[in-house]
Amino acid sequence: MRIKPEEVDYIAALSRLVLSDQEKNMYARHLSEILEHAERLSELDTDDVEPTAHVLPLKNVFRDDQVKPSLERDILLSNAPEVENGCFKVPRIVE
Amino acid sequence: MEVQTLIGLEVHAELATESKMFCSCSTEFGAEPNTHCCPICTGMPGVLPMPNKKAIEYAVKAGLALNCDISEFSKMDRKNYYYPDLPKAYQISQYDLPLCTGGYVDIETEDGPKRIRIRRVHMEEDAGKLLHEGWGNNSLVDYNRAGVPLIEIVTEPDMNSPAEAGAFLDKLKAILQYIEVSDCKMEEGSLRCDVNINARADDKSMATAITEMKNLNSFKAAVKAMEYEEKRHREALLEGDPTVHETRRWDDARSVTVAMRSKEEAHDYRYFPEPDLVPIALDKSYIKSIRENLPELPDQRYQRFISQYGLPQYDAGILTSSKYLADYFEQCMTIYDNAKTVSNWLMGDVLRALNENGKDPSDIPFPPAYLVDLIKYVDDGTISISIAKKVFDEMFANGTDPGAIIKEQGLVQISDEGELLGVIRQVIQENAPSVADYKAGKKKALGYLVGQAMKLTKGKANPQLLNKLLERELN
Ligand SMILES: [Zn+2]
Repeated sequence: MRIKPEEVDYIAALSRLVLSDQEKNMYARHLSEILEHAERLSELDTDDVEPTAHVLPLKNVFRDDQVKPSLERDILLSNAPEVENGCFKVPRIVE
Repeated sequence: MEVQTLIGLEVHAELATESKMFCSCSTEFGAEPNTHCCPICTGMPGVLPMPNKKAIEYAVKAGLALNCDISEFSKMDRKNYYYPDLPKAYQISQYDLPLCTGGYVDIETEDGPKRIRIRRVHMEEDAGKLLHEGWGNNSLVDYNRAGVPLIEIVTEPDMNSPAEAGAFLDKLKAILQYIEVSDCKMEEGSLRCDVNINARADDKSMATAITEMKNLNSFKAAVKAMEYEEKRHREALLEGDPTVHETRRWDDARSVTVAMRSKEEAHDYRYFPEPDLVPIALDKSYIKSIRENLPELPDQRYQRFISQYGLPQYDAGILTSSKYLADYFEQCMTIYDNAKTVSNWLMGDVLRALNENGKDPSDIPFPPAYLVDLIKYVDDGTISISIAKKVFDEMFANGTDPGAIIKEQGLVQISDEGELLGVIRQVIQENAPSVADYKAGKKKALGYLVGQAMKLTKGKANPQLLNKLLERELN
């Protein structure tokens, strides 16, 4: 397998995910299969191909600098685990 | 061993657009928390961001003013990290194809002019604001600032002292204000600065590990923090003490830097192209039209102030260091013709009063016409220069018209010979010992007698006339 369970651990930590050993093994297998599949592309000669940033044939989609109403604060905060003074309340981050 | 300090800066400037970078929420400062938020800037699933045309234009304008090349093909990327100020858990930024690359800013140093290279200028969105104080084991989050457009300006490590870095920051701020892409209000967080600093032996045989200092919220704090770190790094290098690459925080109250104990050590941002945004491909004519419409920049204005108004280099440098100050000066010059007198007032009393009150030239509380009026009252002898300074303080405190202050407080200079002679005779009568001293050859006694006459007239006596009459009376 190309991806080891320790690498799954690292990626999970970056995403704040806690996985069981069984899950780690499963994701290591899934991620390896994805990489192996994508690796087939390296069979092609891409020396003269520019890196592709986007696959859509679009560019320069902009909007004008105009203010429109924002969301009602009560609606915005309805997903908050805790609310205080109109703010999202989270565990203290700095020491 | 000769030791060199190396400083590189990353400056974030909020762009002065009306709406945010990718949604139509307002960017106005000081609103109630979380009232300028919508599904896009708070990262709700299924939304589609759309870039603000004005923000792109401002970023190009800044790149051009900083002598950068503008990329004809640029894209946005996702920078992934988990932090409560980032509602999407990624920041939309630019990674390998920034909008602007390879510019420079010229600064003045003790050893003459110096060029500081700009590595890149890229666009990104701001994060929310965390409030830590007063909430015990919690922090509060306000997302009004999340999604406000920013440019990040990254320099090469070309500055060799905190003073040079300070000069660079002042110049950069002036340029951004001149081109009107950012209001650069540090107290509102619209200009923030990260510092990378280390020390190196001149022969490059050894160097200390780089210290990063983030979000220094005033240039003064930034310079003080750099001075502290410069000393620490030089000592470590000379003593051979080991150093580690670390992030340090400036503690303004104690005037020291402290290593940050961060739980967020994994700086693996896993950048990838932002799939929700298509590339930006600016054509040459668009870039050309922005270049052609760039306003006069600080260096050009400096040269013009010398040639057009005949100002000394020093005056031109100070006046053009702030767009507002330079504008104020030029507005005065439309109604008055002695440039040096106006310059003296602006560089002297006006800047002193602004500094004392922690204010910016944009905060001068009265219009240019009032300053010119004040100068004219001195020119035509209505008031003396020392009274003018008092009138100025009053103008600065209350924004009042000088004519009104002079009238209300009866400050008109006494230039009437008869009136002054009355005062002088009284002084001579009441200060016989000093008069005797003067007559015995102690010329200094004259100053004392002038002072007494000034006191009696509450400072309103015409000084030249008073001197002349007093000497005449005494001899
Ligand atoms: Zn929004």
